[in-house]
Amino acid sequence: MKRILALYRSSVGKKALMAATGLLLFGFIVSHMLGNLKVFQGPEKFSAYAEFLRTVGYPLFARGQLLWLARIGLIVAVIVHVVAAVELTMMARDARPTSYGRPVHLEDTYASRTMRWGGVILAGFVIYHVLHFTFGTVHPNFEPGDPYGNVIAGFQSVIVAISYIVVMGVLGLHLYHGIWSALQTLGITSSELDRPIRTAAGTIAVVIFLGFIAVPVAVWSGVLR
Amino acid sequence: MKLTLHVWRQQNAGAKGGFETYEARDIGPDMSFLEMLDVVNEGLIKEGKEPIAFEHDCREGICGSCGMVINGNPHGPKKAISSCQLHMRTFADGDKIWIEPWRAKAFPVRKDLVVDRSALDRIIQAGGFISVRTGSAPDANAIPIPKENADSAFDAATCIGCGACVAACPNASAMLFTAAKVAHLGALPQGQPERYERVRNMVAQMDAEGFGYCTNHGACQTACPKEISIDFIAQLNRDMMRAFFTSR
Amino acid sequence: MQLNARVPSGPLEKKWDKHRFEMKLVNPANKRKFDIIVVGSGLAGASASATLGELGYNVECFCFQDSARRAHSIAAQGGINASKNYQNDGDSTFRLFYDTIKGGDFRSREANVYRLAEISSNIIDQCVAQGVPFAREYGGLLANRSFGGAQVSRTFYARGQTGQQLLLGAYQALQRQIAAGKVAMYPFTEMLDMIVVDGRARGIVVRNLATGELRSHVGDAVVLATGGYSNIFYLSTNAKGCNVTATWRAHKRGAAFANPCFTQIHPTCIPQSGEYQSKLTLMSESLRNDGRIWVPKQVGDPRKARDIPEAERDYYLERLYPSFGNLTPRDVASRRAKEAVDEGRGVGEAENGVFLDFRDAVTRLGREVVAERYGNLFDMYRQITGESPYEVPMRIYPAPHYTMGGLWVDYNLMSTLPGLFVVGEANFSDHGANRLGASALMQGLADGYFVLPYTIGDYLAGADLSAVDVSHAECRKVEEESEQRLKRLLGVNGSRTVDSLHRELGSMMWDNCGMSRNETSLRETLSRIPELRDEFWKDMRVTGRGRDLNQTLEKAGRVADFLEFAELMCIDALQRDESCGAHFREEHQTDEGEARRNDEQYAYVAAWEFTGVWSEPKLHKENLVFENVELAQRSYK
Repeated sequence: MKRILALYRSSVGKKALMAATGLLLFGFIVSHMLGNLKVFQGPEKFSAYAEFLRTVGYPLFARGQLLWLARIGLIVAVIVHVVAAVELTMMARDARPTSYGRPVHLEDTYASRTMRWGGVILAGFVIYHVLHFTFGTVHPNFEPGDPYGNVIAGFQSVIVAISYIVVMGVLGLHLYHGIWSALQTLGITSSELDRPIRTAAGTIAVVIFLGFIAVPVAVWSGVLR
Repeated sequence: MKLTLHVWRQQNAGAKGGFETYEARDIGPDMSFLEMLDVVNEGLIKEGKEPIAFEHDCREGICGSCGMVINGNPHGPKKAISSCQLHMRTFADGDKIWIEPWRAKAFPVRKDLVVDRSALDRIIQAGGFISVRTGSAPDANAIPIPKENADSAFDAATCIGCGACVAACPNASAMLFTAAKVAHLGALPQGQPERYERVRNMVAQMDAEGFGYCTNHGACQTACPKEISIDFIAQLNRDMMRAFFTSR
Repeated sequence: MQLNARVPSGPLEKKWDKHRFEMKLVNPANKRKFDIIVVGSGLAGASASATLGELGYNVECFCFQDSARRAHSIAAQGGINASKNYQNDGDSTFRLFYDTIKGGDFRSREANVYRLAEISSNIIDQCVAQGVPFAREYGGLLANRSFGGAQVSRTFYARGQTGQQLLLGAYQALQRQIAAGKVAMYPFTEMLDMIVVDGRARGIVVRNLATGELRSHVGDAVVLATGGYSNIFYLSTNAKGCNVTATWRAHKRGAAFANPCFTQIHPTCIPQSGEYQSKLTLMSESLRNDGRIWVPKQVGDPRKARDIPEAERDYYLERLYPSFGNLTPRDVASRRAKEAVDEGRGVGEAENGVFLDFRDAVTRLGREVVAERYGNLFDMYRQITGESPYEVPMRIYPAPHYTMGGLWVDYNLMSTLPGLFVVGEANFSDHGANRLGASALMQGLADGYFVLPYTIGDYLAGADLSAVDVSHAECRKVEEESEQRLKRLLGVNGSRTVDSLHRELGSMMWDNCGMSRNETSLRETLSRIPELRDEFWKDMRVTGRGRDLNQTLEKAGRVADFLEFAELMCIDALQRDESCGAHFREEHQTDEGEARRNDEQYAYVAAWEFTGVWSEPKLHKENLVFENVELAQRSYK
C-alpha cells in the first residue's frame, strides 16, 4: 500500500494508474458492447443475458452480489481514472502559466488533443446512461425487468439516439489515443511495435464505435422493434 | 530579404512582457537565424536601444544554449536542428516571424528570450550519473558491451539539454529529457547498480521542479534537435514500474 | 619573476611516479578545511571540480554559460587519444609521447608530454566507467580509428560527438558532487578579476550575469580552466562566448603568459559566406580520409566544379606530398589552402575556399558507404550552405580553432603566481607549437582527473596560508576596480558597436598574425592595435545597465581584454624569429615553402611578464631540454 501511495505521488505513477484503470474500463466496454449486441437475438435472449449478470457466481455469491462487486470495482476504477486525470491536468496548467502567442501544435492528433474534454463528456454520459437504462430516472417509460423494451423505447427519441451516436464517436477517439497511450505509459511499446499498436488501437476504436451504435441505429431504422 | 519580427520582450522574471515589432532589413539567405538577430541587435544598439537578449554559444547545434519558439515551433520550422542551425533561406521575403522564449513554470524568463533552465541540471543532480570515483575504474575493455546496447545508449545520450521538449510539450513536461538520461545509463552494465534508485529520484525531482506530466503526444520528439525518440519514455515508464514493484 | 618548471629528476618514465611519492599529502580529515575555486566547467574544469570534491575539498565552480554542460569542450567532434594499444598495432606510451612531441614541433616539455601519454589510458577507463558511450565493435569491445595522420589507431570516439559525450561524463560526475554538497556551482557567472593576497592567488571577483551583481569569492587556491583565445580572430570555430578574460586578468595580476603566438588553424572549416557571419563551423578532419582537395589550375576560373576537366584541376596536396597526400598535418594543409586562395585560385562565390571533393569516393565506395561514414557531416554542411556534398564538392577553408599558448605552468600545473593553477587549453603545457588531432580532450581530462588533484594537495599541504575572507581589503579593492571598469564601459556612449570593433580587430589579426606572419606586417599591426584600442574606449557603445542581464556589456568587457592581449600575441610572434608548428614566419621557410625551425636559438618557451598595458612585456625563457627524443625536421613528403 505504501508503495502504491508512493507511486501515486509521482507523475509517472499517476499516469500508470490512469493507464491501468483505463485498460480495465476498456475491458468493461468490450464486454458491455458484446452484451448489447445480444439485443439482436431477441427479447428472450437479451433478458436472459441481463438475468445472467445477476445470477452469475451463484451459489457462491447471492443474486446480484457479484454484479455489485463488479460495479464497485468499476466505480473505483472510474474514480481513480478521473481523479488522476484532474490532478494531472491541474499540474499541466500550473506547468505553463503563460501561454504562447503563437500556438504550438506539434504532432498532436485530434484524438490526443481532445482527451481531456472527451473524458469530461464521457463522464457526463456515464451518469446520464446509468440514470437512463439502469435506474430509469430519466427514461420516459421505464419498465423494471424489461431491458429489451427499455432499449427499444429509450431510443425512440431521435435526440437521444443521435447523442448516443455522437458520444460513441467521442469514446472511439478517447480509446484510439488512450489504448496506445496506456501501453506507452506502462512501458509496453517500442519503436517496432509502435505502428502495429497504433493501427490496432484505431481498428479497435472503430469496431467499438460500430458495435455500440449498431443498437440505436437498428432501433431507429426499425430493424429492432 | 526584409522581414517583420514580433519578438517577446521582457525586462526580467518579475516584469510583464509583451511582443514588440521590428523590421529586419538586408537579410541574406545564407545568414543563420541568430545572425539575422545579430543584425537587428546592431541596429538597436546604434539607436541606443537595448538589444534583444537571447542565449547562444557554440552556434553549431551542440551546446544547447540557444532556443526560441519561432512561429509556434521550438527551434523553428525545420526538423532535427537547433535555432542556431536554422538559416534564413527557410523564410521568404516579407515573412512575419513570431519569436518567443520557452514557456514553462520551471523555466522562468530571465530576460526577453533568455530562460533559466537550471531545473534540468537539478534533475541530473538527483541521479543522472554513475557513481564512480576517479581512479577506481577497471580496464575499459573489462566489460564488453554489445554494440546494440552501446548504440542505444548513445542515441539517448545525444541530448543537448536545450529544453525544446519542454517548450513543445502541451503539458510543459520534461519527460523526454529525463527519459533520455535514464535510458542512456540504463542501457549500460555500469548503470545497473543505481538503475532503479536513479529513475525514482530523477522523476521525483522532475515533479518537484514544476514540470507537467507526459500525455504521450510526441511533440517533444518532433521538436528535439537530436531526434531523441519517445521510446525512451516508455523505457523510463518500464523502469519506474519495476522500481516500485521490485525490492531494490 | 623566476621560471622554475619543477620537473622531477630521474628517467622519463619514472618521473611522475617518483613525483607522486615525493609530493606532500593532505590528511583526509584536513581536506575539508581547504576551499578551492575552479573557473570553467569544460573537460578540465568539470573533471577537476568533481575529483577535488570527491577527495573532500570544498569546491566552488564557476562558468559563464547557463549550465556547466554547455562549455565549449562539448563541440569537439573527432575523438580522444590513448595509448591503450587495443588494436595491437604497435602503440605504446612512448610512441604517443613521441608523436605528440614531434607533432608539437619540439616546443613542448618532455616530462609533461610523457606524463600525458602515461595517463591517457586511465582516462579511457574512467570515462567508460562513467557510462560514456564510446563506439564499439560487434564483439562488444571498444573501437578505435586512426586520426590526424597518426600511423596507429589510438583514437577513441563516440560518432562525431566525442567531446559532448566526454563532457557529459565529467558534467555528471560534477553534478553528483553538487548533490553531495561538496561542490557549489555558480553557472551564469563570469570571472572579472583575480584577487591576490600576499603574493598568492586567493580569490576571484565575479559578476552574476543574470542580475549584474559583483561579488568576491575567496579560497586557498584558484584553478583556471577557461579555455583558449581563438576568438581574438572574431571568426573562429570557438563558441561565441570563448574569451581570454580570465587568463588575461590573471596575467595582469602576475601569471606569466607563454607562447601566445601559437594558435592552431584547422584546415577543414566552411568558408565565410558574408560580412555578418558570426562564427565558422568546423567539418571533422576525418573527411580528408576520403575527400580530395583541389583548386582549378587556372587563376579566376569561372566554371562550375563539375565542368572543370580532370587535367585542369590541381590536387595540390597530392602533388606536393605524394606519400601523405590529403592527410598532411593541419598546419601544412592550412597553409597550402591559403596559398591557393592568395594566388587567386579560390573557389566559391567569394573565391575564399578550396574544394574537398567526394566524387571519386562516391564512385569507389558507393553513395551508401560515403553516407554511412560522413552522412551527418554532409547534412550539417547542406544545412549551412544549402549545397549537397554528394552532388557538388564541399568548399573548405582554414579557420582558427585551438590555442596552444596559454598561462605558463610548471610540472605541477601551477602558474608563476603561487596558488594559481591552470588546466586544459588555458595553459600552455603539452602541445608545443602545434596540437595533434584528438589530443585536446586527452589533455583536458588528464589535467582535471589525474594531475591537478595530486599537485594541488602538495601546494596546500606546504603553503602557510593566512585566513582571508571576502571583507579583506584586497577583495574590496579589486571589486571596486571591476566596478569602475564596468562603469567606464557603460559610459563611453560612442557610435560603434562592440561587434564591429571586434570584427576589425579579428580581421587585422587574421591577416597579420594568423596562418602566416612576417616582421613588417607584425610591426605594422603592433602600431595599429593601440589605435583601435583607443577607438574602442572613445567610440564604442554599450546600452543598458550594469545591474542587469546585459549581453552587450559582457561582450564589451571581453573585447576590451582581447584588445590588450592582441599586442602580446604579435610581440610574441615577432620575437619568435623562426617557423615552427603552427607559427609560420614567412622569412623562415625552405625552398619548398616548408617551415624552418631554429633549434639553436628558439628551443625555449617564451613566458611573458606583464609590465603595464602601455609598456613592453618582459620576456622570460624556459629552455627546453630534449633528452629522450632527437630533434628532427618534420617531413611529410
